[in-house]
Amino acid sequence: MSNAVSTAPRAAVRPASSKPTEQRKTALAWLTLPALFFFLVFAVVPLAGVLILSFASWDGIGAIGAAGLDNWFSVLADPGLYNALGLTFLIMIVSWLVQTPISLLLGVFTAGSQRYRAALAVLYFLPLLLSSAAVAIAFKALLDPNFGLATGLGLPFLAQDWLGVPQLALGLVIFVIAWQFVPFHTLIYQGGVRQIPKSLYEAAQIDGAGTIKQFFHITLPQLKYTIITSSTLMVVGSLTYFDLIFVLTGGGPGNSTRILALDMYLRGFRANLMGPASVIAVILVIIGLALALFLQRLGGKDKQGSQLEGL
Amino acid sequence: MKQPQTSRRSFLALAALTPFAVAATSACGTSGPGASSGGGGASMWYLSGEPNQTTMQKAVDAFNPANSADKITVTYFQNDAYKTKIKTAIGANQAPTIIYGWGGGGLKTYAEANQVDDLTGWFDQNPDLKKKFFPSVFGAATVNGKIYALPNQYIAPIVLFYNKDLFQKAGVQPPQTWDDIMSLVKTFNDMGVAPFSLGGQSRWTSMMWLEYLLDRIGGPEVFNAIFEGKPNAWMDPAVIQTGTKIQELVSADGFIKGFSSITADSQADQALLFSGKAAMMLHGSWTYGAMKKAGQNFVQNGKLGFVPFPTVAGGKGDPKNGVGNPAQYMSISSKASDKEKESAKKFFKDGILTDTVIDAYINSGSVPIVNGIENKLNMSEDKEFLNFVYGMAKNAPNFQQSWDQALSPTAAEALLNNIDQLFLKSITPQQFAENMNATLGK
Repeated sequence: MSNAVSTAPRAAVRPASSKPTEQRKTALAWLTLPALFFFLVFAVVPLAGVLILSFASWDGIGAIGAAGLDNWFSVLADPGLYNALGLTFLIMIVSWLVQTPISLLLGVFTAGSQRYRAALAVLYFLPLLLSSAAVAIAFKALLDPNFGLATGLGLPFLAQDWLGVPQLALGLVIFVIAWQFVPFHTLIYQGGVRQIPKSLYEAAQIDGAGTIKQFFHITLPQLKYTIITSSTLMVVGSLTYFDLIFVLTGGGPGNSTRILALDMYLRGFRANLMGPASVIAVILVIIGLALALFLQRLGGKDKQGSQLEGL
Repeated sequence: MKQPQTSRRSFLALAALTPFAVAATSACGTSGPGASSGGGGASMWYLSGEPNQTTMQKAVDAFNPANSADKITVTYFQNDAYKTKIKTAIGANQAPTIIYGWGGGGLKTYAEANQVDDLTGWFDQNPDLKKKFFPSVFGAATVNGKIYALPNQYIAPIVLFYNKDLFQKAGVQPPQTWDDIMSLVKTFNDMGVAPFSLGGQSRWTSMMWLEYLLDRIGGPEVFNAIFEGKPNAWMDPAVIQTGTKIQELVSADGFIKGFSSITADSQADQALLFSGKAAMMLHGSWTYGAMKKAGQNFVQNGKLGFVPFPTVAGGKGDPKNGVGNPAQYMSISSKASDKEKESAKKFFKDGILTDTVIDAYINSGSVPIVNGIENKLNMSEDKEFLNFVYGMAKNAPNFQQSWDQALSPTAAEALLNNIDQLFLKSITPQQFAENMNATLGK
């Protein structure tokens, strides 16, 4: 995503007069066709469909009728929407706060070269191999207050009503999301750290900087774009957390984990209200786009500038 | 020279990719075991979980070899997942030939969208088949005076089960009134046993409590008015009284700790009852068979007790009234081919309620919805329970279909959501009634 955006201005800066470059550009345009085709079929067309449906009344089974702005008014007047929005942002922010430091530190750690780290890294990456539904079912079984881990191991403090008390359920959802996604972001940071030239650390050592100083003055600034990428994935991704929460809590207890994506699904496919569900889908798209653009801007105006100047 | 080369190559690449793309897009459309096979036979989706799955498999295995031109292909799904999947499939015109369901509001949605076939004429042609069933079971299969589904399987009233060992240990009798319930709650809590098991995360499990309570307090008229969408039907004082009683029970720790994290699909609620962690459970009669299978001789040794739902002092409802599923239903997708429809009808007629299947239902502790089974019930090792259920089916002045099935899917989803909040005490009974009142006519 960030690559596609960044190549465009760079190409524009180059003198566009020489013939080979022009030829190349035509060829490149051709090459985008398959991608464009998939993007149209799987992103633009459904998006247009959802936009149209948000002005229609449809139960998912019978005929589609026009509804004007009714869906929009009813959804915007529904306190359920604001509850879902609040929860979505809460989960997004807390997830970011929990996941970023952990994955950053783990990433730096696993980027090291000692032999035992490779073995540990494999363990850290295990959750990445499991599907969300499987993770949710496993946690649900482990946390069952009567037949779960607590009873099995005889640890009474674990025997909480994890998924039955609103606050606990919300905390647990955030925990399980972190458990599942930290490995992925660790991988991103690991790659980022390995890209940092050794010479920077060598120079810092000569200047007398310790490990902690090296981390804050070299590793962290060098990882700026990695952090932005990882955060974008985390923040935009948290808008679509669905499968895990759906299986784990189904949005309950009450509405305490009913985030926007889940609210959309339940309205559309459980309550047969495709119109209002499409309104929520459109809201999700708008929020997602706005957040992605905002995070891209965070990179600053000099984002094309190299961090490795002088090396 | 370079340019045409590259573009030809990329064009070829595009040409090579396009079929994949088309295949990928069209695969989404046909991947379901849909109605597109041209030949004979019919597809059916059915619920997983015992003992139903084995019984249905037996029926299909018996039917298929004898009817090789009308083979039935059956796929099994978990209950909660199936309810969503079938709706989506029908909306996408990818439904199986035979659509399994619970009649009522869901069936009405399908019938009004012309997604299921009108079977009235077919039943008129097969009067013997029609006469086979309890007459009452056609109610939930009928939409605007036309029959859209074949009733099948068994009657499934909601029953108050209890663990006889625990009652003996506590020296108490099963409840007959709501006051008995409240005093038993205290007795069992003092003993360190949960009074009631409940799979609250499934929500329809909690709904069963409201169904009975509302009937006992206000009589069947209250829900009938709701069902007919009469203005302010949910604001009936009986609804608010029902909600108040439920919250009193929740506050008195009537339900097992952590009930809202237990799902019915995992059958953990049943395990709590037969493992002695909970003393009572309000649940569908189908759990009798499931507990017989999973409960390590708990049922076989006569430890499982059952009583009708208690009365409420001053209530209007007849204590003989029942709630639950009058039957399960099967419709035929209107989008299926004629050949598939014929196969399905043949299966309806010859395959679904054969003597073998009826015996299998009785053996698994259920009462099939066919006439003339008294002898078979009496010969069964589960005759005590079977006669209890049969008597309920036969003698109930009113048998209320489960609310989430009777109402439209839109109202049902709102109902389940509000019931969940009512049990969590995050809304008051008054708010519950108001929230539900807003769904009338939807």
